[in-house]
Amino acid sequence: MKNPLTVTTLSNGLKVFLKEIHTAPIISSWMWYRVGSRDEVQGRTGISHWVEHMQFKGTPQFPANVLDKAISREGGTWNAMTYLDWTAYYETMPAAKIDLALRLEADRMVNSQFDEKEVASERTVIISEREGNENEPLFQLGEAVQQAAFRIHPYHHEIIGDMADLHAMTRDDLYSHYRAFYIPNNAVMAVAGDFDTPSMLARIRELFEPIPAGPPPVRVARPEGEQRGEIRLSVEGPGSTTYLQVCYRVPAASHPDFFPLIVLDSLLAGPSNFNMFSGGISNKTSRLYRALVDKEYAVSVYGGAHATVDPFLYSIVLTVHPKRKAEEALAALDREIERLRREKVTKAEIARAIKQARALFAYGSENITNQAFWMGYSEMFADYGWFESYLERLAAVTVKDVQRVANEYFKPQRRVVGTYVPLNGGQA
Amino acid sequence: MTSKKVHTALPGPNDIYREVLPNGITVLTRANFNSPSVVISGYFDAGALFDPDEKLGLADFVASALMRGTKKHTFDEMYNILESAGASLGFSAGVHKSGFNGRALAEDLSLLLGLLAEALTQPAFPKAEMEKLRAQLLTGLAISAEDTSEMASETFDKILYRDHPYSRPEEGTPETVKRITRDDLVKFHGECYGPRGMVIAVVGAVEAEEAVRQVKRALGSWQVRGQKEPPALPDVKPLRKTVSKHHRMPGKSQSDIVIGTNGPKRRDAEYMAASLGNNILGQFGMMGRIGDAVREKAGLAYYAYSSLYAGIGPGSWEVSAGVNPSNVTRATRLIVDELKRFVQEGVTEDELADSKANFIGRLPLSLESNGGVAGALLNIERYDLGMDYYLRYADLVNAVTREDVLSAARKFIDPQKLAIAVAGP
Repeated sequence: MKNPLTVTTLSNGLKVFLKEIHTAPIISSWMWYRVGSRDEVQGRTGISHWVEHMQFKGTPQFPANVLDKAISREGGTWNAMTYLDWTAYYETMPAAKIDLALRLEADRMVNSQFDEKEVASERTVIISEREGNENEPLFQLGEAVQQAAFRIHPYHHEIIGDMADLHAMTRDDLYSHYRAFYIPNNAVMAVAGDFDTPSMLARIRELFEPIPAGPPPVRVARPEGEQRGEIRLSVEGPGSTTYLQVCYRVPAASHPDFFPLIVLDSLLAGPSNFNMFSGGISNKTSRLYRALVDKEYAVSVYGGAHATVDPFLYSIVLTVHPKRKAEEALAALDREIERLRREKVTKAEIARAIKQARALFAYGSENITNQAFWMGYSEMFADYGWFESYLERLAAVTVKDVQRVANEYFKPQRRVVGTYVPLNGGQA
Repeated sequence: MTSKKVHTALPGPNDIYREVLPNGITVLTRANFNSPSVVISGYFDAGALFDPDEKLGLADFVASALMRGTKKHTFDEMYNILESAGASLGFSAGVHKSGFNGRALAEDLSLLLGLLAEALTQPAFPKAEMEKLRAQLLTGLAISAEDTSEMASETFDKILYRDHPYSRPEEGTPETVKRITRDDLVKFHGECYGPRGMVIAVVGAVEAEEAVRQVKRALGSWQVRGQKEPPALPDVKPLRKTVSKHHRMPGKSQSDIVIGTNGPKRRDAEYMAASLGNNILGQFGMMGRIGDAVREKAGLAYYAYSSLYAGIGPGSWEVSAGVNPSNVTRATRLIVDELKRFVQEGVTEDELADSKANFIGRLPLSLESNGGVAGALLNIERYDLGMDYYLRYADLVNAVTREDVLSAARKFIDPQKLAIAVAGP
């Protein structure tokens, strides 16, 4: 039951993916821009996320407050997200109403106003968003670990940005960022759902082709150097629970080793779920759960990789058991990592990881928004072929591959270990 | 190209299959072959209302313990079966009901139902596993105690519901969870769990008859003598004046606020009017009027919205916001002003038309996934809405007038009698 897929690039460089799915009277339309926190320098951290917020603050044709009401009125849902490498906007609408979403995206690709007053009011909203994040111990810890892992590469800072920059950035900073990156030749559009491809494509051409291409955006080119030795750090804050975050440097999603890493992740920490609109599964028989939670070094453990353009981090987060010290939990984790590097995994473990991935794929395909999501998402760090060949490439992973990547990437001298030390008691 | 078959039908009597098994279990199914997956979801009468005051969190402990080992399989064996299939299954306790959610590839439905039956009917509550679970539950409580939004919400429930059972935290407190023994778990399961009142929805790539056959095979022979009736629910005494409480949490960057009052029951005649009113108040577009005042105009908060929680008993109608600790007073004033305006002026014809269109238009979206449909089927059953509820839904929405919204608002919200809870520095 394969749905017809059309891929084309408009004369202005906008790449368009169309996938007809006639299971429900719904269409989901996504606009992806290749801009994220990786495109930010010190002093402008958080600018991509702030621009995303400003994209909801109106154009002359769709003033602020009109937009969201218009989408809601038609029974649609819309949102946006900013990540390390990309910013994405989507609208999922009753099929007959999708034209509103298409007009809106074409309009705000070029015509957003960035009104001074709106910038001022959004500044405090984003500061409030950051303050909400700061309430969370795991945000505090994650931010510190990421900063330590990347001294040179802009993956250094959190997507939301540093508080100092959120106070200092100006309307003109935001507007220039918008103009530099929001151009058709820096975007991918993905539409899935209940439409007829020729008429959908014609309408997209009509709305988007008049938007001129821009000069290719200049990228920050500051690759991170080799890490020479383990980095350890701690963050203190309120609470009585100790957390441990251990991050290993892993390659970009387009690297061939990424697939053995996905298999490794599955058996180490339970399968990562890359679907954005569908839940994952539990990890209670993963190696780390058995070694850390069953043995009461931790009360929970999560691990996962991120699909990124440049090498990023494989991250393991432990909630340390109240009767244990962080050091004991780390030692138990190290025994498992060591085992993974020393002993071959079994073929059965690999087969299990593939079955898990197959199930997660099936869950993700229940929903049209998620299917449209994948077309653009995979393009942001690789290409749609990455998604389409995902299960095949997992199936091709061998026992040797897994052991090799375990040895290559899970070295103590290439990791950052962060501890959240609770100030209201608990062990540390 | 072949002709396109667009599946436009909302769930209704033609495609929902319902059967009550001889032991009292109600099975609801709807087939969907768009994806090779299947969802199971359900509830049964073993909620936190049964918890003794000194052992709050008991129903939650029992629900969490079901998957920790049965007479047939250990904890690790159960999850090994489940996770090896890429499937999931979890139990949780609510106030009135406890429930479960699971999903699998359709080829593994019988595996999933087998584990469900085992967990429900033959849990072993192994001693060592219970102590591990207790430590996890206690850590969960310690983490919640550091969460401003959890604490604001708990403080709100205490103000609003005082001595009513709804004021009690379902997860219990560290003191009560420490007090719960293995015998308590066994006794609770023996007395409160049983097929009577249990409802299960199966939605996905399986034919209705086959789904029912599989549920029968898994749970059809379950019998429990003397299954306890849920305790009666006392009335809620409304507040006589506004009551404010601040739960101090030093070191936090943001405070959470919850402001509200009692709301309708799901079966109350005012429910739909209140629900549309709530959409206008704090949902529609960018979080409705509340979002407009607190976020868009004042720039005080990233989130500020209202919610209507309507269930079996008297629900709540709440506004929530997260703001800088120095803005709590200002944000509270803006929210209370919006509540005043809401009960004085009501809503406009345009606002109501917008929200009606939103309710009707978004329905297909909420029913897109198997989980969404399963939720809808359980909703119909739980509140006796009728098999044709989603077919009648547009008419029910369209029948609501401005006057209905205003009288619902006035019936439930008195701006002089609010519960105001703040958690933060």
